[in-house]
Amino acid sequence: MLGGMEALDLARWQFGITTVYHFLFVPLTIGGAFFVAAFQTAWVRTGNVKYLQLTKFFGKLFLINFAMGVVTGIVQEFQFGMNWSVYSRFVGDVFGAPLAMEGLLAFFLESTFLGLWIFGWDRLPKKIHLATIWAAAFGTLISAYFILAANAWMQHPVGYIIDDTTGRAVLTDINAVLFQNTAVLAFVHTIFACFLTAGAAVIAIAGWKMVKGRQIEVFRPAMKAAAVVMIIAGVGLSVSGDFFSKLMVEQQPMKMAAAEGLYETEAGAPFSVLSIGEINGGSADCVFCVPGLLAFLSTGSFDGTVEGINDLQSQYESQFAEKFGEDINYVPYVPVTYWSFRLMIGLGMVSVLFAMWALWRYRGARAPTNDRLAKPFAIGATLVVLGPLLGNSFGWIFTEMGRQPWIVFGEQLTADAVSPLVTMGEVLFTMIAFTLVYLVLILIEVKLLLHYIAKGAPEPDELTSDPFADAQEAQQAEDEDAKLYFAY
Amino acid sequence: MDLVTIWFILIAVLWVGYFILDGFDQGVGVLLPFLGRDDLRRRVMINTIGPVWDGNEVWLLVAGGATFAAFPLWYATMFSGYYLALFAILIALIVRGVAFEYRGKRDSVRWRANWDRAIFVGSVLPALLFGVAFGNVVGGSPISPIETTLPTGTANDLNYTGSFFDLLNPFALLLGVMTLLVFTTHGAIFLALKTRGEMHEAARGAAIKVGLAAAVVAVAALLWAQAFSGRVAVTLPMVLVAAVAFLGALMMIWRRRDGWAFILSSVTIALAVASLFVGMFPNVMVSSIDAAYNLTVYNASSQEYTLTIMTWVAVIMTPIVLIYQGWTYWVFRKRISTSMIPPQPVAGRADDRYADSARN
Ligand code: HDD
Ligand code: HEM
Ligand code: HEM
Repeated sequence: MLGGMEALDLARWQFGITTVYHFLFVPLTIGGAFFVAAFQTAWVRTGNVKYLQLTKFFGKLFLINFAMGVVTGIVQEFQFGMNWSVYSRFVGDVFGAPLAMEGLLAFFLESTFLGLWIFGWDRLPKKIHLATIWAAAFGTLISAYFILAANAWMQHPVGYIIDDTTGRAVLTDINAVLFQNTAVLAFVHTIFACFLTAGAAVIAIAGWKMVKGRQIEVFRPAMKAAAVVMIIAGVGLSVSGDFFSKLMVEQQPMKMAAAEGLYETEAGAPFSVLSIGEINGGSADCVFCVPGLLAFLSTGSFDGTVEGINDLQSQYESQFAEKFGEDINYVPYVPVTYWSFRLMIGLGMVSVLFAMWALWRYRGARAPTNDRLAKPFAIGATLVVLGPLLGNSFGWIFTEMGRQPWIVFGEQLTADAVSPLVTMGEVLFTMIAFTLVYLVLILIEVKLLLHYIAKGAPEPDELTSDPFADAQEAQQAEDEDAKLYFAY
Repeated sequence: MDLVTIWFILIAVLWVGYFILDGFDQGVGVLLPFLGRDDLRRRVMINTIGPVWDGNEVWLLVAGGATFAAFPLWYATMFSGYYLALFAILIALIVRGVAFEYRGKRDSVRWRANWDRAIFVGSVLPALLFGVAFGNVVGGSPISPIETTLPTGTANDLNYTGSFFDLLNPFALLLGVMTLLVFTTHGAIFLALKTRGEMHEAARGAAIKVGLAAAVVAVAALLWAQAFSGRVAVTLPMVLVAAVAFLGALMMIWRRRDGWAFILSSVTIALAVASLFVGMFPNVMVSSIDAAYNLTVYNASSQEYTLTIMTWVAVIMTPIVLIYQGWTYWVFRKRISTSMIPPQPVAGRADDRYADSARN
């Protein structure tokens, strides 16, 4: 019906769509929580109302985004069972543990303390109220750690044996699973990416306000803080990414070769910034290549040897023949890995450049509005958030597609993991429904965000300058009908 | 007691927690169009659960995650088998969650009316479908062996071989109606507990009216469930105590002892769910085709090492979670009334065409 598609392909599309979608909101939530917490801390410590204005303004945007992160996460929790039941049976003993821990350690923390933060302005002492947003922020980190450890295990399974009778993976060493370097690196790299993304969102909004000359003194500290965070995150991403590449060469050499379209094993392999020709056709022509760079990135030496796709294919064929049969194609779809790797780095890093420019442009007390560069800056500020957002998605697409045909590297093929009895019609139906619902929701979300961004930060006279003092007064007066400070 | 039994109990506890907590969230959502005659009243209702609904929902996520970790075969079989039902629940929870957060963010009557509809549907569907799902788990559904790439001849092979419509059998549907009505009553009692004034009176009335219907359906459904119970000597008394507790809850709400009413309706839910779990132990999914195809705590579980670790995590974390979630309820213990609702913070330009100028 759909040109050779089967339930397997649809299940993969569904997983890809729902997960990429979830990860649009996640980085903004993780990074955003820390920005809001930092603004509120600045307010509590200095008493300067502009930090309260920032807390309220970004806090509202943060919550609009958070809601989407939460509801799309619910789907994630169950879709392993829905579409990947054989996978779930195979890995549950190992993979289920970090997932359950994530719920117990992180989700409860985030959701409970965020509820306290949203509604607690007039119910909690000032410092405790501040602590609630920090608790929620740390919850997001814990959440990221466990899920990334689970994912790292699929990339590089450790700490398990395969049970002879059931053929299922059995956990033997939880520390290996939780603390293997693949997990730690993924966490560091992803968290930097989250800060880059949230920083870019802050800079886009604050930068735009500065261009328009609105509430300049309120948004200046936000923009500067965000630019600095982004630059640090950019450095962090490059360094951790470099380590990541080396680790990958060790653990998943095929992925790195595919990222480069490197078909033949080569000493001193070049890094191709741009290739043409048939990337997927067994050869690729480098248009712009940096000699030795790939070798350096992968091995730490400019004339190190990088294994090529063809060699790895024959190596895997003999290695896995017994377990998975003779003629399996172990090569991921090269155009996707090749381009997603470059787009991840490129799109992410362009946003770092913009951050540097923003920092320079508004250095000291400068606030140029009408100069020659005003227009390019305004356009840049509108687009800058897309860089990390898309960069993240491409990073994940690279990681996950580059692992193919495996769902668990070396242990289970994606094709073997899908639910056997879920029909193509069911997957198709749910995929269309999820996609449509998600589409409608993101339109609504973006529209709401734009509404509130346009409205700007609340002016000091719109804010109860100190909700906490007000609350105490009301309590002392035992005013039964005192208005709630916040209500849905 | 062996580890698999402990985990069976823990998962039952998670479901009990989920149904007690999100049960009243769903109940409030179901009542929204009936008791929320104007926007102000609807906002009172939503704000009674506003600070806590997300934390309550996490009980479901943890129940799911814990099932994956402790009984992967149960997780795999149930969620791939009850595919469309679970899908409907997921969509419902998605729109409900977004609705709470977004409803107040624009000043437009149509906007709010749409989100109110989302809250209603997003509450009715899970309240009904969770009961239907449990009806199938307990009452049995067509489970039989299917070969996959995993070694065969073990519980690996057991799969739900029915269709979506097999889920809609009379027993399961009755259980679904039961959860819908019981959660609605529970939600009404919660509302009564959390509000003052007119809202409080309306919630009491609803609790008693819906509660009487719920009592009849619940007794019928749970007595029918005894037909599937492996230990009627234990589960029948549990059901009877649950019925007494439920009538006690209604009595208490009538006598304006809201706190007691809420405790008793929580006890009812706990006992009813517990009786289903006790009745099916050691099965976790019953096959209607052949008892040999039942998934049990023994053939569906993870190995000892994983269970031991997870036990430690649960033993340490559960009390901590209970403490801070309990604290949240304490912080927001104050009853809410229409007079306390502040004017809606409004986004950008008001949407003139639909502006809710009256705003009651
Ligand atoms: C926009 C954000 C962003 C930026 C600027 C970068 N990355 Fe990245 N990268 C991610 C966002 C990301 C990510 C989305 O967060 C991934 C996906 C999986 C993961 O753990 O992080 C990722 C994965 C990822 C992987 C895959 C690991 C695997 O397959 O297991 C490698 C090798 C790199 N990155 C390397 C780099 C290098 C060398 C970079 C820069 C010089 C870089 N990344 C910049
Ligand atoms: C850390 C938690 C994650 C886990 C455990 C995980 C696991 C999986 C699984 C089970 C699949 C299905 C099998 C397959 O088709 O390969 C998959 C595919 C996929 N995932 Fe992930 N994933 C995670 C995070 C992400 C994120 C955050 C993204 C993107 C933002 C992502 C992007 C994708 C994509 C695009 C696919 C489809 C790949 C394909 O079609 O082969 N993943 N992942
Ligand atoms: C496929 C794997 C994933 C699963 C099963 C999953 C599960 C979930 C669930 C159930 C929620 C809702 C929690 C709630 O109701 O409060 C959620 C939200 C969230 N997830 Fe994911 N997620 C996945 C991928 C990721 C990744 C890769 C990250 C980060 C690196 C991440 C970080 C978060 C964050 C920060 C939130 C929002 C806050 C919250 O948890 O409440 N998730 N996720």
